[in-house]
Amino acid sequence: MVRSQSLFTADLMIPAIGNAFRKLDPRALVRNPVMFTTAVVATLLTLLLAVGDSGLGRGFEAQLVAWLWLTVLFGTFAEAIAEGRGRAQAESLRATKADLRAKRMLGVGETWELVPAGWLEAGEIVLVETGDLIPGDGEVIEGVASVNEAAITGESAPVIREAGGDRSAVTAGTRVISDRIKVRITAQPGQGFLDRMIALVEGAQRQKTPNEVALTILLVGLTIIFLIAVATIPGFAAYAGGSVPVAMLAALLITLIPTTIAALLSAIGIAGMDRLVRFNVLAKSGRAVEAAGDIDTLLLDKTGTITIGDRQATDFRAIGGTSAEALAEAALLASLADETPEGRSIVAFARERHHVATVELPADAEIIPFTAQTRISGVKLGGSTIIKGAVDSVLKALSQPPFVSSEVESRSRGETSLDVARNERPGESELRRVTDEIARAGGTPLAVVRDGRLLGAVHLKDVVKAGVRERFAELRRMGIRTVMITGDNPLTAASIAAEAGVDDFLAQATPEDKLALIRREQQGGKLVAMCGDGTNDAPALAQADVGVAMNTGTQAAREAGNMVDLDSDPTKLIEIVGLGKQLLMTRGSLTTFSVANDVAKYFAIIPAIFAALYPGLAVLNVMGLTTPQSAILSAIIFNALIIPCLVPLALKGVRYRPIGAGPLLARNLGIYGVGGLIAPFVGIKLIDLAVGGLGLA
Amino acid sequence: MSLAGWALILVFIAILLLLAKPMGAWMFALYEGRRTPLHPLLGPVETGFYRLSGVDPAAEQDWRRYAVHMILFNLGLLLLTYLILRTQAWLPFNPRGLPNVAPDLAFNTAVSFTTNTNWQSYAGEATMSQLSQMVALTVHNFTSAATGIALAFALFRGFARREAAIIGNFWADVTRITLYLLLPLSVLFAVFLIANGVPQTLAGSVDATTVEGARQSIALGPVASQEAIKLLGTNGGGFFNANSAHPFENPNALTNLFQMLSIFLIAVGLTWTFGKAVGNPRQGWAILAAMLILFLVGTSVVYWQEAAGNPVLHGLGIPGGNMEGKEVRFGIAGSALYAAVTTAASCGAVNAMHDSFTALGGMVPLINMQLGEVVVGGVGAGVYGFLLFAILAVFVAGLMVGRSPEYVGKKIEAREVKLAVLAIAVLPLVILGFTALSAVLPAGLAGPLNKGPHGFSEILYAFTSGVANNGSAFAGLTAATPWYDGLLGVAMWIGRFFVIIPMLAIAGSLAAKKYVPAGAGSFPTTGPLWIGLLVGIVLIVGGLTFLPSLALGPIADHLAMIRGQLF
Repeated sequence: MVRSQSLFTADLMIPAIGNAFRKLDPRALVRNPVMFTTAVVATLLTLLLAVGDSGLGRGFEAQLVAWLWLTVLFGTFAEAIAEGRGRAQAESLRATKADLRAKRMLGVGETWELVPAGWLEAGEIVLVETGDLIPGDGEVIEGVASVNEAAITGESAPVIREAGGDRSAVTAGTRVISDRIKVRITAQPGQGFLDRMIALVEGAQRQKTPNEVALTILLVGLTIIFLIAVATIPGFAAYAGGSVPVAMLAALLITLIPTTIAALLSAIGIAGMDRLVRFNVLAKSGRAVEAAGDIDTLLLDKTGTITIGDRQATDFRAIGGTSAEALAEAALLASLADETPEGRSIVAFARERHHVATVELPADAEIIPFTAQTRISGVKLGGSTIIKGAVDSVLKALSQPPFVSSEVESRSRGETSLDVARNERPGESELRRVTDEIARAGGTPLAVVRDGRLLGAVHLKDVVKAGVRERFAELRRMGIRTVMITGDNPLTAASIAAEAGVDDFLAQATPEDKLALIRREQQGGKLVAMCGDGTNDAPALAQADVGVAMNTGTQAAREAGNMVDLDSDPTKLIEIVGLGKQLLMTRGSLTTFSVANDVAKYFAIIPAIFAALYPGLAVLNVMGLTTPQSAILSAIIFNALIIPCLVPLALKGVRYRPIGAGPLLARNLGIYGVGGLIAPFVGIKLIDLAVGGLGLA
Repeated sequence: MSLAGWALILVFIAILLLLAKPMGAWMFALYEGRRTPLHPLLGPVETGFYRLSGVDPAAEQDWRRYAVHMILFNLGLLLLTYLILRTQAWLPFNPRGLPNVAPDLAFNTAVSFTTNTNWQSYAGEATMSQLSQMVALTVHNFTSAATGIALAFALFRGFARREAAIIGNFWADVTRITLYLLLPLSVLFAVFLIANGVPQTLAGSVDATTVEGARQSIALGPVASQEAIKLLGTNGGGFFNANSAHPFENPNALTNLFQMLSIFLIAVGLTWTFGKAVGNPRQGWAILAAMLILFLVGTSVVYWQEAAGNPVLHGLGIPGGNMEGKEVRFGIAGSALYAAVTTAASCGAVNAMHDSFTALGGMVPLINMQLGEVVVGGVGAGVYGFLLFAILAVFVAGLMVGRSPEYVGKKIEAREVKLAVLAIAVLPLVILGFTALSAVLPAGLAGPLNKGPHGFSEILYAFTSGVANNGSAFAGLTAATPWYDGLLGVAMWIGRFFVIIPMLAIAGSLAAKKYVPAGAGSFPTTGPLWIGLLVGIVLIVGGLTFLPSLALGPIADHLAMIRGQLF
């Protein structure tokens, strides 16, 4: 679910304006050196204005000072509005948190006491009953409950949480809507999921990401270079036998230093995190979001991501003279009690394709349930035994009790048990051939046996999700290699990989294989993303550069990943990569725009301040600005106004298109580089006309 | 402008493009420490040198050690030079009995030659003894050039190596470059010059009777040998005061062309070496292309302005281009191209007087230097300077395609950006700072010969030339004063070593990084887009800072000329 929110609404704007002023606190401002420099210059000019007139006219200077302060304010406003978008959400979360009460177990029988949730320590056990809010992050240790997680995910359909397995993690602030569970708290007070989410959407604990730090250094460097360029002008002017008023130098400096990108930089970062949150993904750090943009290799689990997850019966392959109908009937009988999607699909397919009429099992039928040990299931009815299962499991089961009867039969045919063990079972090689064919076609074979006789195999087919092929093609255009991870055998894996259009696959993958693959990719300098939900995914999630844990996953997985997807949708990795790229692109594009603007600003201000020294320099006034004062004012107004104009872009982000790096660079360089060269020429000229029309200078 | 003029410029570029790969390949062998065809001849000299000095050429150094050894080597040579100049009166080989060189001039000259600048605040024949010329100064022509190329090698290794701590052995690099590159090339070029009539003799002078019957003493000397390394090593310190305008240094149009080629030869070849070192020669071609675009634009402006001439003179009935300060045997194209080449390449040799160029024609050499001597640039210094800009370009561009930036397989992060900005900021700080000081303080104001913006250009040019380690003089500035000698000395030192140290730190930082293979998501740093971006970044980051100073200098000068006012 993607929550949308319009950019500028009154309830966002009003607090943002207040916060913009609050952010003028020098201690906060100094985190942004370029804006801090602007504020220092504005302060100095304000003092100068208070002391006296430098010869340019007080009215003009007052306007200049006002626009300098506005430049700073627009910057703090941009940050405030970016933060404001997350704040409303944070406040409702915080309200939830404040109301939380816990039924803390006293350790004696079923007794408990009611305490504020904030008192809970990790390791304590709480009882949560129907209608209660879960007081802290933890793991279900007893019971099953349906839980409404709308407070966190925005999704109102309840999910099942139960002790043991991969669905044991619960989150503070979510509501149990049926049954009762006992939860062991795993988060220390103040460090829970809810706390992290509040901090995240508010941008309170925001630290500069590595790339943001590098960019800030570049901006500081440019500021220093332009500071030198401006500070030496009085010396040059003195040589030419004149002087340049301080206010004009200040205006030149502020227009040259990269105020535009500096003002928007933190807003871009906050908005980038915010976009993820709106996408129902929680990133534990900004670093992870940046890394997402750099991903080279994407590891995707086959089941649920590439295929629908439920395999469907698509064919019955009879062997050794068995008719397809006989096989279909046996398979149907063996599956009638099987409630798994696979089992149901076998029943449905047998009825539709082979018109098997049997509707239900006779009352005397004895069901052989699926167990982790035998890995087969089936039914006994009227002295006949039918089983189905993976080929190896079925063959193994046949050589063990209760199938000794088959041994007796074979002995009566003059074979010894030794022969059975040494030789192949009749039809085994044909079965192998058929099942290999099924596997090669991307399917999973299930062998069906009636009274020890191999009847054939059911072709269970993995159904590739609609549209995944296109998504992988898109990823390829983004420069990302996709690797499918599956427990299937290599033949099946290769076939599905080809059908889905992934670049590579890892078959019969164990968690160790997965970890080794990630390490290998990273050794080669690649950045790897993956998603996972099980506890055995945790090491790989931790090793990956971007590890997205499913919210339905275990606590271990959620701790190991650096992002949590609240919707538990593995395909979302693709969007996350796009968001990461968007974040970096927005920074780069606005930096280019900001720096390219300088050319026009030079052409506005240099003739204005130097024409008094050498009248010939007036020809540099290519924009034909009316007076020197108007030129300077127009440049500084443009420089200030461009900030709020670009706030929507900073918040929404520059659009990412998977068209390859070269065309993308050409596109952005065209829009923001060339556009950045031209826009201020037009803008400054228009402002100059307005300034002239209003008689401001 | 004439067809022949343009043909000269294009032929010049074409020859360079043909020479880039063979030169680059030769230097790549030295970069790798491989054997060359010259090893049977010079190998024993190399090993003998190592044995004598106790250097183990296989023992490579991390960037800090490399930097320390490089500084010690240069500082040692600087002190030796200073001492010889200060005591030359008491030392042998001083036939004319010249006095010791004054402290400020000795300091200035020692720094100048150590930093590959070869700014000369003195007239050689009236100031320097034979010993000073040969031991104190000429040796620098080799060592400063070899140092520059060695430093470029170190940076290449930073890009090329993976998770390595070491970036080469400074002593081995310098030795190999001197023995297998500078020495043989100098010999070849000197022979060519001798064949064209450049003197190579130990005789002091020859007496001649002029057409009018007067007797004249014409200075001679071992000109050809010094001329060769002066150009190949982008040193620029001439044998005669008139430098390459003198017929004994640069007798004809052919030697003029070869001189220009030899100025660019090594720097152009190094771009190919870079590409080869990082595993893709096209990376090197892209850099060379960006350099040559900047060069060609600049050259065209000079040629166009010089050919257009001075409208004030046209008004007086003197048509044609601006021939003031130019040699007739080279003409306008030969002089304009030479001026662009020598300033683009931090050489500083001149075959015409830049001060006499038109305002805009003289501005191009100024801009070439202000961009940081990266338009082709000095030997080594040009390519490592350009790579600093490439780091910034890739940083911005990488972000624009939505990836954290990488260049030739190395991630560019905060540390590299910081160091690159640091190195790039040195230039405007010192050039503009020292110019501003000189433009207001009486000691500085005493320097310029001309009034108005032209006088300002003279000061600006001096510091630009010094900091950028070019060494060419605009002339017109009386620089042999304690103020200019001292300040220019400091400027040259900062301009060289305050760029080198952060650059070496980048090399160290890059070498330690993992290799990141380029994927479809990373944009190619070989195509026209990248070349255009490089040109843009060099102009905006490197050039925009100087716009106010250019406006008050050459631009004001030019606009005044149009209005009929000359300075």
